[in-house]
Amino acid sequence: MAKFEKANSVGEWLDQRLNTTALTKVLMTEYWIPKDINFLWAMGVLLAVTFKILVISGLFLMMYYKPDVNLAFDSVNYTIMQEVAYGWLFRHMHGVAASVVFLIIYIHMFTGIYYGSYKQGREMIWISGMLLFMTFSAAGFSGYMLPWGQMSYWAAMVITNLFGGVPVIGDALVVWIRGDFNVADATLTRFFMLHVFLLPIVIMGIIGLHFYTLRIPHVNNQKGEEIDYDAEAEKYLTGNKKEAKVIPFWPVFISKDFAILGIFLIFYFYLVFFHYNFAMDPVNFDPADNMVTPAHIYPEWYFLWSYEVLRGFFFDVGPVKAFDIGLAAFGFANVIFLLLPWLDRDTKILPAHKRPMFFIWFWVLMADLIVLTIWGKLPPTGTNAWIGFAAAMLFIILFLVLPIVTKIDAKKRGE
Amino acid sequence: MSNETNRRDFLGYTFAAVAAVGGAASLVGMKQVWDPLPSVLAGGFTTVELSGLKAGEPQTFMWRGKPIFVLKKTTDMEDNSRDLLIGDDRFTVAIGLCTHLGCIPAWKKNMWKCACHGGEFNPSAEQVFGPPPRPLDLPPFSVKGTSIVLGEEGPEYKKIAAAMMA
Ligand code: FES
Repeated sequence: MAKFEKANSVGEWLDQRLNTTALTKVLMTEYWIPKDINFLWAMGVLLAVTFKILVISGLFLMMYYKPDVNLAFDSVNYTIMQEVAYGWLFRHMHGVAASVVFLIIYIHMFTGIYYGSYKQGREMIWISGMLLFMTFSAAGFSGYMLPWGQMSYWAAMVITNLFGGVPVIGDALVVWIRGDFNVADATLTRFFMLHVFLLPIVIMGIIGLHFYTLRIPHVNNQKGEEIDYDAEAEKYLTGNKKEAKVIPFWPVFISKDFAILGIFLIFYFYLVFFHYNFAMDPVNFDPADNMVTPAHIYPEWYFLWSYEVLRGFFFDVGPVKAFDIGLAAFGFANVIFLLLPWLDRDTKILPAHKRPMFFIWFWVLMADLIVLTIWGKLPPTGTNAWIGFAAAMLFIILFLVLPIVTKIDAKKRGE
Repeated sequence: MSNETNRRDFLGYTFAAVAAVGGAASLVGMKQVWDPLPSVLAGGFTTVELSGLKAGEPQTFMWRGKPIFVLKKTTDMEDNSRDLLIGDDRFTVAIGLCTHLGCIPAWKKNMWKCACHGGEFNPSAEQVFGPPPRPLDLPPFSVKGTSIVLGEEGPEYKKIAAAMMA
């Protein structure tokens, strides 16, 4: 056993047993961050905070929510919203955070794409990040179902129906996932379990992995410059702070994150108090009814782009049904981002504005995603259907040409 | 290699075998926990009496939580290979969920119209307009006198299902 001496303070007592000094060094005061990064790199901290808000507000909601088809709707819309003191606050905090978390995830993701932060050595950061996006999507969907309103019900109907597209076992798979022939009580209780326990635990695990993946390749910077972290850290520690290209995460870098976090939280609480409606579809204030469908159904805004890719293919091609083409395209849209590190054939890590072709590619992708998002909410009839089709095609083509585009950039630079 | 190592290897392999059997068994158990309960499966049969239906006015019944459309055809509605013949009467039996994205179409005059994206189905449940990729699905049923039992695959069902495949 290690030798324990009488400690002179609580800190010392803990240090002897838990080695807290070394731990804070590794995690905070000697965790090095490049100086050359902008506010877009604060999204990680914003996400961590938003996730915490979701967990805590969720705990408070869980104390009154009842996962039963007969009670769920009233437990949310009556008990939590009217009876529980500040119940409305926790519901709006939860609902708004669930929406905002996707906004930040998208910014985080496209920052990574713009600066090439998924390349050479940072593949695991990218992959664990995409896994987080997927589990967040699953958590968002399973939670959306819980209030048991009309939108909740029909969203669950459509999404579980998608599994019917799996060859051979499709129909049986749908029944198995639902635990009933229809979306029913069994479905609600199992999605409740997923939403409040299994998915959050998985998310926490992947967040741990995501942080860990940063340790070896380190965080990217605005120029994509390769930094010798040991040498730069040495400079900083010997007092040459001005020339060192790195700063410690705590307390130096985090102060910038805090400033941005402050602005974000003001924006977030502004939404919570004055614009919570954007996260609450009016249709969802009708209780679920399996014999009446709302006139027009669509997912929350953050799923619209992939929903539109699914819907975009509305005509059969030869013997292949439109529905199956859409499903295949939808599958493509959901896994293709994972493969980004291998689709990008440029040998250097550079920001998009230093890669002329990729720069165009990036902004076309942005524009396409916005078009998909907008048209995902419009009824897919007439010209809307064709615009949806074109945008969905463009999305797929963009990823098919990415290896060529990035290769050309590298060639032009003479590599 | 020493004896000691072999013994440890043996213990390791034995444990792996026990764990593999236990793991496989629990996977089977976990799969079955998600299966529909017996009470749900038992509720999978619904009897619908057809003699009271008025020609040209479809009725909606609930089976397995899904709407089932039953339409007694009028004489001027077209014949179709999917018609269910009982005596002199022709019926259309269909699951009332739009084959596009699952909305419930409503009967308007002489066809089912889906409000969601404008899909339309004729009295024989065939898609005639809009995005639905196929006719309304046929639920399994068997005929008992003048009523049908939804959830059983009778010979009449098999015949119609085969005709729809062709
Ligand atoms: S769900 Fe009926 S037309 Fe789309």
